[in-house]
Amino acid sequence: MRPFVYQRATDAPVALQALAAAANANNPLTEASIQPLAGGTTLIDLMKLGVMRPATLVDINPLAATWSAIDLDGGNLHLGALARMSDAAADPSIAQNYPVVADALKLAASPQLRNMATLGGNVLQRTRCSYFRDVSYGACNKRDPGSGCAALQGFNRSHAVLGTSQQCIATYPGDFAQALIALDAVVEISGMSGARIMPFAELHKPPGDSPQIETTLAAGELISGFTIAGRWPRSVYLKARDRQSYEFALASAAVALDMQAGVVRDARIALGGVATVPWRAAEAEALLKGQPFDDGLAQRAADAAFADARASQHNAFKITLGKRVVARALHQAAAMEI
Amino acid sequence: MRHHAAAPRRHRNQIRTLVLVDRAQAQACVLLHSVAEASLSDNADPGKSSGFNRRAFIAGAAGTAVAPFAARAAGAASGPTDKQDASLPVQITLNVNGADRQLTIDARTTVLDALREHIGLTGSKKGCDHGQCGACTVLIGGRRVVSCLTLALVAQGQPILTIEGLGGDNQLHPMQQAFIDQDAFQCGYCTPGQIMSALACVREGHATSDDEIREYMSGNLCRCAAYPNIVAAIKQAAPAILSAPQKG
Repeated sequence: MRPFVYQRATDAPVALQALAAAANANNPLTEASIQPLAGGTTLIDLMKLGVMRPATLVDINPLAATWSAIDLDGGNLHLGALARMSDAAADPSIAQNYPVVADALKLAASPQLRNMATLGGNVLQRTRCSYFRDVSYGACNKRDPGSGCAALQGFNRSHAVLGTSQQCIATYPGDFAQALIALDAVVEISGMSGARIMPFAELHKPPGDSPQIETTLAAGELISGFTIAGRWPRSVYLKARDRQSYEFALASAAVALDMQAGVVRDARIALGGVATVPWRAAEAEALLKGQPFDDGLAQRAADAAFADARASQHNAFKITLGKRVVARALHQAAAMEI
Repeated sequence: MRHHAAAPRRHRNQIRTLVLVDRAQAQACVLLHSVAEASLSDNADPGKSSGFNRRAFIAGAAGTAVAPFAARAAGAASGPTDKQDASLPVQITLNVNGADRQLTIDARTTVLDALREHIGLTGSKKGCDHGQCGACTVLIGGRRVVSCLTLALVAQGQPILTIEGLGGDNQLHPMQQAFIDQDAFQCGYCTPGQIMSALACVREGHATSDDEIREYMSGNLCRCAAYPNIVAAIKQAAPAILSAPQKG
């Protein structure tokens, strides 16, 4: 790990002031010389690996005093960005009204890591692509723009089949973000010039020609919270992986349904483990709406979700697996007694 | 040096054999180590600084790497917020097992390294050093975390509970006793992390069934695969832990 200067921010204005110096630099947020430190489960790990090399860490954990509330208020769920994953997962109002959120959090990482990691940091978790994480590989466009992509012709079993580009096929590794994007969450962002909100769906950027730019956050900005409108008691998060617990998804699906008398009134589907960003399966959702739910419909929706999938040498199985995960998640949601 | 009683006998015997290979070299290392330790641990436990032990052997072998840092640390006095030179050490206070420990450390030091290398509490183990294996699990602020991904600077102001803080002078903690009773380890390397994680698992209310224990202990890997015995140990200890007033 490279040496760094540690600063503890006592409150949000102090943190934003400390991070503002990074806003003046042109480098992408992930390469900014000043990085906010919350749970540290990604940042400290990547600093030990030499993948991230900030000169300054701004400890924003004291901001939890104001940014960690979990409120179900008037039918809207507000999640403070510095709430810990384990606390949100254990919140009874989330488990009851948003099972897809609670399950996505519970099925992520380990109890220790969930006790550390914050919700805001979790959605910014960086890829587990082994060529990105191992600096001895020279070719990684995400780590070193223009250097190439070792995964394209490498061991790409865990890589993405949706949202890929010729520059990068690294999988977005998280779970919680799929629940957020499926439920049309809004993300609140704080910066020196005040707070702004935008659809969570606009936070992550597919790799395209610049995989080093992962989000639309500007350097110096912090995620301060998330809001989900309405309640989604008929929702599930299904995660298929190599181990039963404590493993990243090979394919996962966040599904929320609004049904009446066996007919799908509204459907939300997001995919994890298979795409470069949290992936909304809009075509599959459109196919479900207004239709009576049955096996055939679930299968057609699953096929539609992967219609544009493009496999690499070792990950074609993810398309088959992903479709089955979507179909099963739809069945589980439809069968829920609420 | 105080061993917690759950440390496996086989493991200790291996260490003893290793240490006694070259007595002359070992004695030389003791001298090096006592100098280094006096510099690094400002208020080291007086009971553990004398005599020869495994730490002395290892730290002595690496003595030339430790000494220059110790010299640099001695001259620093700036706090974390006003310093701007990343190469300078910082002074912090960690509350470990109920006692405040003043340390002079590099900002990069994790809680795990602070415990092991600066305070001399080597019960918490370094397995992967990347938050994947759970061997370094300790309780900070009453919550189980991986100490290898927690900066010591960040842990200031919160109580840290390690395996050494469990039980009394002549009494094992119920979870330690249960690990012995149920033979819940072979090599023992993951055991301190398993026990700390198991204690938290019970206190969280996540030890109500075998399946739930397995799910909520999945962050602690055991390469000897003592998993069924670990589940049994947690079930044995859970009632006593839940009925006892919380400590640490």
